[in-house]
Amino acid sequence: MNEKPEKLIDKKGLRLDGRKPDELRPVKLQVDVITNADGSAYIEQGKNKILAGVYGPREVHPKHLALQDRTVLKCRYHMAPFSVQERKSPAPSRREVELSKVIRESLEPAIFMEYYPRTMIDVYVEVLQADGGTRCASITAAALALADSGVPMRDLVVACAAGKVDDTIVLDLMDTEDKVGSADVPVALMPNLNAVTLLQMDGILSLEEFESAVNLAIEGCKQIYTMQKEALKTKYVSVKEENKEENKEEAEE
Amino acid sequence: MPIFLERRQLVAPGDLIAEGEYTAGENTYMEKNRIYASRVGIVEYETKKIDVVALKAFYVPRMGDIVIGTITEVGFNGWTADINSPYPALLRASDVLSRPFKPQKDDLLQVLDVGDLVVAKIVSYDRTHDPQLTVAEPGLGKITRGQIVKVTPTKIPRVIGRKGSMISMIKQETGCNIILGVNGVVLITGKTLEDEQLAMRAILRIEEESHTTGLTDRITQMLKEEKSKQEESKNE
Repeated sequence: MNEKPEKLIDKKGLRLDGRKPDELRPVKLQVDVITNADGSAYIEQGKNKILAGVYGPREVHPKHLALQDRTVLKCRYHMAPFSVQERKSPAPSRREVELSKVIRESLEPAIFMEYYPRTMIDVYVEVLQADGGTRCASITAAALALADSGVPMRDLVVACAAGKVDDTIVLDLMDTEDKVGSADVPVALMPNLNAVTLLQMDGILSLEEFESAVNLAIEGCKQIYTMQKEALKTKYVSVKEENKEENKEEAEE
Repeated sequence: MPIFLERRQLVAPGDLIAEGEYTAGENTYMEKNRIYASRVGIVEYETKKIDVVALKAFYVPRMGDIVIGTITEVGFNGWTADINSPYPALLRASDVLSRPFKPQKDDLLQVLDVGDLVVAKIVSYDRTHDPQLTVAEPGLGKITRGQIVKVTPTKIPRVIGRKGSMISMIKQETGCNIILGVNGVVLITGKTLEDEQLAMRAILRIEEESHTTGLTDRITQMLKEEKSKQEESKNE
C-alpha cells in the first residue's frame, strides 16, 4: 500500500479496484444500530466504516451557549486510532476540527433549527475504518441518524465526491486515488430540494472539468440517496412483513 | 392538484407528498405550493389537510397535557422534573403544598425527592419559557406504586386506539389501571405483578407494531392466550 501506483487507471479504463470511472464503491447503510442514542446510523462505503449517533434536542450545557431563537447543532467528527494504517492519536486533530465544522454546516440547512429554541442537537460521527471520502460518508450517515432520531428535517442530506485521476474525471475517490490523484470535489446535496449544502475542491481543475466533476458527484449522490431512503424505511417494513407472515401462517392453520 | 402518495404510505423526510391547494398538517411542510414530509412516518389526509403520523419523535410540551415526570432537582421554592422532552419542567412548591410556601417551615425534600415520579398537568409553556406543571387537580400527584413503561410519544394515540378502544380493552383484560402520559410515559397499577407485566408487554408490542393494521385484534388475542397460560400454571 505504501508504494505509489504508477497508473491509477489501466488500459481498459478501469480503476485500481476494478471500478469504471463513474461507478460508486459498494454502499451498505443501516439505521438504528445503537440503542442508547436517540438516533443512529452505520455506513460502509467501500472500505470506509462509519458510525453516527444523534442525541437531542436536549437542554444546552453549558447554558450560555443556548440560542433564544433556534437550536444549536453540535457535530463531532472523530477518527478511531485504529481507523488508519498508522495509529492516529485519539486527540482531535486540525483536520477533524475542520471536518466537524464542515459536517455541521452541511446538515444545518436540512434541519428546522427554529422549531426548538434553547435546545441542542448533538451529532457524533465515529470513523472506525477510513479509506478516502470519509467526510461524504459521514454526512450521509449523520443525516440518516438525524432522520432516525425524529428531528424534523426539510430533506435528507447525501454527499459524494468526484475528482480527477490520471486526467479522467472519476466518481467516489478512494484513499489512494485521493492522495495520488490531482483533484477531489466533495458535494453534499439535498436531493428533493435540489440544493447543494457542501461544495469543496482540493487540487486543480479547469472550469469544464470542475463542472463535469460536480455533475458526476451529484449523480453519485442521487444513487446513494435511494439507498439512504431504503435503509430508513427497511427498519419499519421488516416489522410489517413479519406480521404478514404471521397472519399467513395463522390463516393456513 | 395531485396527491402523489396513497394513505398509509411510508415516507422519509423530504418526500414530496402533494402539490397544489393543500394545507400542511403535522410533520409536513410547504414550499412553493408543494407539501413535503419532515419526519419518517405514515401519510394520512383528510380532504385538504395532509398529515404525517411520525414513527419516532420526541415530546413537545402543550398546555393541558397530562404527563408523567421524574424529579431531577430540588430547588429553593420548587422542583425541576424531566418530562421526556427537550425542555425541563418546573413544579412550584406552593402548588404541591396547596398553600403558600414558607422556607422556614417546609422541607421540600420531605415532600418530593430526586427520582420521585409525578403525574402532572402542564399549565403553561411557550417558546421562551420552560413548561410549568401543576398537581393541584384530582388524579394528579406523586406516584406511590405501579410499573412504568416508556414508549415513543407519537405512539400514545395508538395505545389509546380509536375512541379509546385499545386502552379500555387492555384495562379490561388485565384488570389494571393505566395512566397514559402524553410524553410517552405510561403508569400501570394492578392487583398483582403478573397483571402489570402483562399490560406492559401489550403496550410494548403496540409500540413495536404501531404502523401495522389489525393490531387491536392481535393484542386481544395475545392477552387472552397469556392469561389462560397463567391460569394453567396456577392450577398446577
